[in-house]
Amino acid sequence: MNIQFRESSEAASPLAVKTAIADCDIHPARATRAELYPYLAKRWQHHLEVYGVHAYQGMMEGPPYPKAQPNASRRDAYPPEGGPQGSSLSFMQKQLLNPNNVQLGVLNPLNTGQGIRNHELSAALCSAINDWQIDKWTSKDKRLKASIVVGNEDGLSAAAEIRERAGDKNFVQVLLLSRNVEPLGQRRYWPIYQAAEEAGLPVGVHAFGFGGNPITPSGWPSYYIEEMVGHSQCQQSALASLVLEGVFERFPKLKMVMIEAGFGWAPSLAWRLDKVWQRLRSEVPHVKRPPSEYIREQVWWTTQPMEDPERREDLFDVIKWIGWDRLLFATDYPHWDYDEPSRVLPAGVSEDDREAFYLGNAKKLYGIS
Amino acid sequence: MASLIAGGVDCDVHPAVPHLTSLLPYLNDYWRDQVTTRGMVDLISQSYPQNSPITARPDWRPESGKPGESLADMQRHVLDPFQLSHAICNPLYGVQMVFSEDLQAAFCRALNEWLVKEWLDRDPRLRGSIVIPTQSVEKAVAEIERCATDRRFVQVLMLVMGDTPLGKRALWPIYEAAERLELPIGIHAGSAYHNPPTAVGWGSYHIEDYAGQAQAFQTQLTSLIVEGVFAKYPQLKMVMLESGVSWISPFLWRLHKFWRGVRMETPWVDRAPLEIVRSNIRFSLQPFDAPPDEATLIRLFDHMQSDELVLFSTDYPHWQFDGQEALPAGLTPDLVRKIMIDNPHATYPRLT
Repeated sequence: MNIQFRESSEAASPLAVKTAIADCDIHPARATRAELYPYLAKRWQHHLEVYGVHAYQGMMEGPPYPKAQPNASRRDAYPPEGGPQGSSLSFMQKQLLNPNNVQLGVLNPLNTGQGIRNHELSAALCSAINDWQIDKWTSKDKRLKASIVVGNEDGLSAAAEIRERAGDKNFVQVLLLSRNVEPLGQRRYWPIYQAAEEAGLPVGVHAFGFGGNPITPSGWPSYYIEEMVGHSQCQQSALASLVLEGVFERFPKLKMVMIEAGFGWAPSLAWRLDKVWQRLRSEVPHVKRPPSEYIREQVWWTTQPMEDPERREDLFDVIKWIGWDRLLFATDYPHWDYDEPSRVLPAGVSEDDREAFYLGNAKKLYGIS
Repeated sequence: MASLIAGGVDCDVHPAVPHLTSLLPYLNDYWRDQVTTRGMVDLISQSYPQNSPITARPDWRPESGKPGESLADMQRHVLDPFQLSHAICNPLYGVQMVFSEDLQAAFCRALNEWLVKEWLDRDPRLRGSIVIPTQSVEKAVAEIERCATDRRFVQVLMLVMGDTPLGKRALWPIYEAAERLELPIGIHAGSAYHNPPTAVGWGSYHIEDYAGQAQAFQTQLTSLIVEGVFAKYPQLKMVMLESGVSWISPFLWRLHKFWRGVRMETPWVDRAPLEIVRSNIRFSLQPFDAPPDEATLIRLFDHMQSDELVLFSTDYPHWQFDGQEALPAGLTPDLVRKIMIDNPHATYPRLT
């Protein structure tokens, strides 16, 4: 978390790790709203100008909980040529990719076509964003890989988008958000998992999104910090749903990545699910094995925002319980709660674990040689 | 397993209301007539379906009636064999699901009266929690003040999933009354089902609702801390009941990190969340969600950096453990004493 990290540009990164890393959560932005129009039918351009996106939340522009920084992004990440943070490839190269020796950068575009009530518009926007990722980013820098953004509430059109992109090496995963109209294990989302499994692509579930449900099971809280912390509870509930609806049982080759929701909660959630499953398994006979086994075999976590114990070594217990082979380093660039690569792991981690954490796990999961 | 010691306090037992008609003697004529004329049915919450395995241990399940409805059973199953000095009764009757503040207030008052007459008056080891009509803060405060004159009420009871996050300022008069009257606020697993039981919507299964209790407690802790409840009421204790324990430290690591990042949003939070929890929040022991190995347990307690957070509970008659194995393996005798005796007494000033 680094609102102080204003000096961390190419010239001033003495702490940057020397070895190559993967950054599994980078957020590319549009410089202008019209930047997507070349990829959208005239009908949808008109629709956006007249009606907006009609999301599962009330604000026409921006989030209902004001962020801590403009665009939730670093103040030192505005590109010199103008536009919001994360909207310039050359500045991203200069500020993030080059100084940190990022060998693989996974793009997760936010504020796209997801969480939109008009499902046709949702599909059109997602398809446009996917074309835009290739044109503006992955075709111009081979270190960058895209995520197939899909219209999350319409499983069939989402699956069609995945099938259309399957085999295209610009894409390394399918992207969903954690907050949807229903918990992610529900049947309406199964076509997405089926198509992803067939395409051999992991499904990344990034924190955030809007599905109309209050972000606590006790209603809407007051503050941005509650929404931020609450994303980890949303992610836990989404993962519990995936396990308990039998998604992992039904799609045994499916791999899922929990993105930007922390990972410290994972062992406790798995233990709890195992314990209640022992008691209540007669209700869910389709869940054939202890939940922790599905989680251990089919789920990965990106690291940012790393939990921050007073005693750093406490986190190693948690990582050991999850498995060093399951964590994927991420910075969340250009967002304000960016994790600086050189500062997240203290001394005392073995070379093998360090390499897996920063690069090896990601290359293996995303099939990058 | 660690050895139990005599004289412990069980901070979470659940006496069951046999049926809504059991409360009729404690309702006035108007409400008694409403219940019968309108054909109101028994208030059983989906949080604990009567025949669900988690609702009662097989050997604690009676041949007929609801688990937990018999005092003799409770004595035979927990009060005597665990050699308890006290047990705190947390009735989970579904009065929180009611939307009318008038009806809810009548039911809560009847429930509290019922607890006194049917339980507290019949076994001197028993203590009670005041169930409150949260649809009206004013009526909730009145019920707290009415019951508090009986020192056997040692706590106020709320559900972890209600209408609003528990830190919301509108609820603060409840906390003011509780602090003034030396009553901790017990927050128990369960939902009023006025909101979807997870933050991502309605799941398909009972098992999801139950597993999701832990996430609900996490969001409530965030709310209580960042709204500033403990800055305003520094003496107030809150006890998370049937919350799970193993998620506490990683949750606080995350909350602490974000608090450092955006504390300008809630400047009244003048202490770190970790400190606030250590001074004001406690957790009941069961269910203890962790693998049954000593090494893990030792690490989990070490992560908490405090031996004062956990209070002994059996969660009777819910099925959290078998036999007498209420204490997870690996607790030292010192920690057992803290959990079973010292911590509960430090938390509940009315426990004498």
